[in-house]
Amino acid sequence: MIETTRRQFLQTSAAGAVVLATPFGPVRAAMKGGVMRMGKAHGQTVDSLDPGTHENGFTIAMTHGYNGYMTEVGADGSLVGQLAESWEPSADVATWTFRLRQGVVYHNGREVTAQDVVASINHHRGEDSTSAAKPIVEPIADIKADGKHTVVFTLGAGNADFPFILSDYHLPILPSEDGTADWQSGIGAGAYKIKSFDPGVRIDLVKHGDYWDSERGNFDEIQMITIVDPTARTNAIITGQVDAIDRVDLKTVHLLKRRAGLNVHSIAGTQHYTFPMRTNVAPFDDNNVRMAIKHAINREEMVEKILQGFGVVGNDHPIGPGQRFFAKDLEQRVYDPDKAKHYLKQAGLDSLTVDLSVADAAFAGAVDAGALFAESAKAAGITLNLIREPNDGYWSNVWNTKPFCACYWGGRPVEDQMFSTAYAAGQPWNDTAWEHERFNMLLETARAEVDEAKRLEMYVEMQQIVRDEGGVIVPMFASYVFATSDKVATPEQMGSNWDLDGERWMERWSFA
Amino acid sequence: MGVVSLVAKRLGLGLVTLLVVSIIIFGAVELLPGDLAQQILGQAATPETVKALREDLGLDRPAVVRYFDWLGGAVRGDFGFSLANKRSVAEQLGPRFANTLFLAAVAAAFSIPISILLGVLAALWRESVFDRIANVSTLTSISSPEFFLGYILILFFAVLNPWFPSISSVTADMPFTERVFVTLLPALTLTLVVIAHMMRMTRAAIIALLASPYIEMARLKGEPRWKVIAVHALPNALAPIINVVALNLAYLITGVVLVEIVFVYPGVGQLLVDSVTKRDFPVVQACCLVFAATYILLNLVADVGVILSNPRLRHPK
Repeated sequence: MIETTRRQFLQTSAAGAVVLATPFGPVRAAMKGGVMRMGKAHGQTVDSLDPGTHENGFTIAMTHGYNGYMTEVGADGSLVGQLAESWEPSADVATWTFRLRQGVVYHNGREVTAQDVVASINHHRGEDSTSAAKPIVEPIADIKADGKHTVVFTLGAGNADFPFILSDYHLPILPSEDGTADWQSGIGAGAYKIKSFDPGVRIDLVKHGDYWDSERGNFDEIQMITIVDPTARTNAIITGQVDAIDRVDLKTVHLLKRRAGLNVHSIAGTQHYTFPMRTNVAPFDDNNVRMAIKHAINREEMVEKILQGFGVVGNDHPIGPGQRFFAKDLEQRVYDPDKAKHYLKQAGLDSLTVDLSVADAAFAGAVDAGALFAESAKAAGITLNLIREPNDGYWSNVWNTKPFCACYWGGRPVEDQMFSTAYAAGQPWNDTAWEHERFNMLLETARAEVDEAKRLEMYVEMQQIVRDEGGVIVPMFASYVFATSDKVATPEQMGSNWDLDGERWMERWSFA
Repeated sequence: MGVVSLVAKRLGLGLVTLLVVSIIIFGAVELLPGDLAQQILGQAATPETVKALREDLGLDRPAVVRYFDWLGGAVRGDFGFSLANKRSVAEQLGPRFANTLFLAAVAAAFSIPISILLGVLAALWRESVFDRIANVSTLTSISSPEFFLGYILILFFAVLNPWFPSISSVTADMPFTERVFVTLLPALTLTLVVIAHMMRMTRAAIIALLASPYIEMARLKGEPRWKVIAVHALPNALAPIINVVALNLAYLITGVVLVEIVFVYPGVGQLLVDSVTKRDFPVVQACCLVFAATYILLNLVADVGVILSNPRLRHPK
């Protein structure tokens, strides 16, 4: 797996999906019409239309359905323009000029303007912002509309990947009035209009007749229903009450695959499960201790037993094998108790006892993964005391607080975004409290570099630094596993940046 | 004391209970660990965003001030706004509570007649094979967890024989008959859960009376056995039966979270669970208060029913 190039990887992962699924034959024009019913594992009563609060699979799919975005990460991982028709940077990649597609209208018929873009991005900026996307838009120093169809972003420092940031699901373009974005009305520029929204229960959407891209948004109507219970979700697709479900229960997926009329898809992407160690707390402040622990985990076993084979091993850094700057020649770290003991000795220790906080809120199977970890660590003279934390309050009381815990990351399509969010010094989500001078320097240089070869070199070095000196253990990259009935036609290549074709299924799928 | 004053007294006591409950609810929610702003933002929380959101939501005001604000509003039917999504609590709770009541009503429409009938028949044919079977089967169903019963019903009536839908996603604009149809499996699950309690209480209450002199008298004058039980014993056994029915009705309304999850039924239970996880105080408090009021009201109705069924209480000397 490690030796494959990005292209080969995409081919094999697409082939994997096809082997599991019934092939639909050659690509043909998507059929229009029909009522698509989706059973979603997420969705809570507290969900709102405010894009600054979106965080789960339900709200991400919903906002992609009814809103328009400047850019979009395509199924192959490249960036394509949506509301933005084209963009160009200044020489230092610190100023970006975006030109809007003309004549794109909201559900109420009003045209999308540059002023809306400014207001929509400003919704997340500023002192009073409560938006979760605040750190994402932080690098934007200034944003100005130049006429009706041109927007100029001025960044604090150069960023060659800036257009990717505008594809973030928090940043839809909303209609605005006097510089204030209106998210309350639920009017967007997406392929579907909201018919009714009952948070935590369901959302019903209907086709937006004036959508600018006639190739996409093929369904007449969409019903997305929250079905949190995995058994209920499985029953719903077996009995034909929904046409597709996400988060197939991996414990029973082999049974589901046997059902006639269903296709199970597995997409390898950027989602990874981690065990962050806080590097500012003893004993994790000693890199030898961290290296010892990193050698005491059996990654292969985790992929096999926790992911039931639906995933690949990680290499203690957050970049997935399908990404642009993945360090494919970096040696894969393996389970090696002797090496772990060697590093313990380097740290001046014979044995080590540490607490590991786990809960299934971190990721499905985190408690079991912790138990496996503790077992494999024994052979290296490391005792892991498993502390079972409550799911409730896990993200506020355990993650980013306890010295050693379980966590998951959906991942980011862009290396810079992933590193800047969780590994750069001083970032609030730097859950390993890690500071590495060379890494931070490289991160800033690579961000503003335009030469792809040089960038690759720098990102490879960063992956190596995180792997060998970072505070994170990345045992596995988990594939997205979902099921569709054979009435649903899915594209041959599906997006891997989020579940369900990058949560763009509403626009990209159709009935067969 | 007349019936009216008795009822009035009960009503007054009910209100006092409700007030005490409201204090407990508010206090308990205050004691929940964690912070709402942090929960809303989830993994996305940073100190600045959390602070901004706390101020935005008024969480920086003292608890006592917020209690009286809340109580004053609740009396007028205004439970404020959800902290998490800014929607009116009453507007969120209303349709959900209506769904829960609907499910409870369908379940009650099955379970109450069936269990009273079974209870009477079991008493009539005491120690017979029928009595044994009725007891064993209802006890088996009450001993199984609700979600397990739900899954079994789904397996037989939705997956193996596709007669009923496996998920009960009712919507506001659904016609009544379709609504009953999709609600049938969860209602049946609840029926299986509550039937044993009511049936056995009916049976026991009637059997306890069978040794009374007036039953002996009825028998001696040659009444048929069913008449002895239905006309002479049952009216006098009503008090305990009414109480147990009220208790089970309250359970059907307030204790159905698991059934809601298994059948994806949009009732209050799921709303309450979601709101607790997200520290959405106004919704949690409103749900608890509505549940408490339901309990108190049903008990009140049971009390009044007991009074009316008992001539000695109806006509006090």
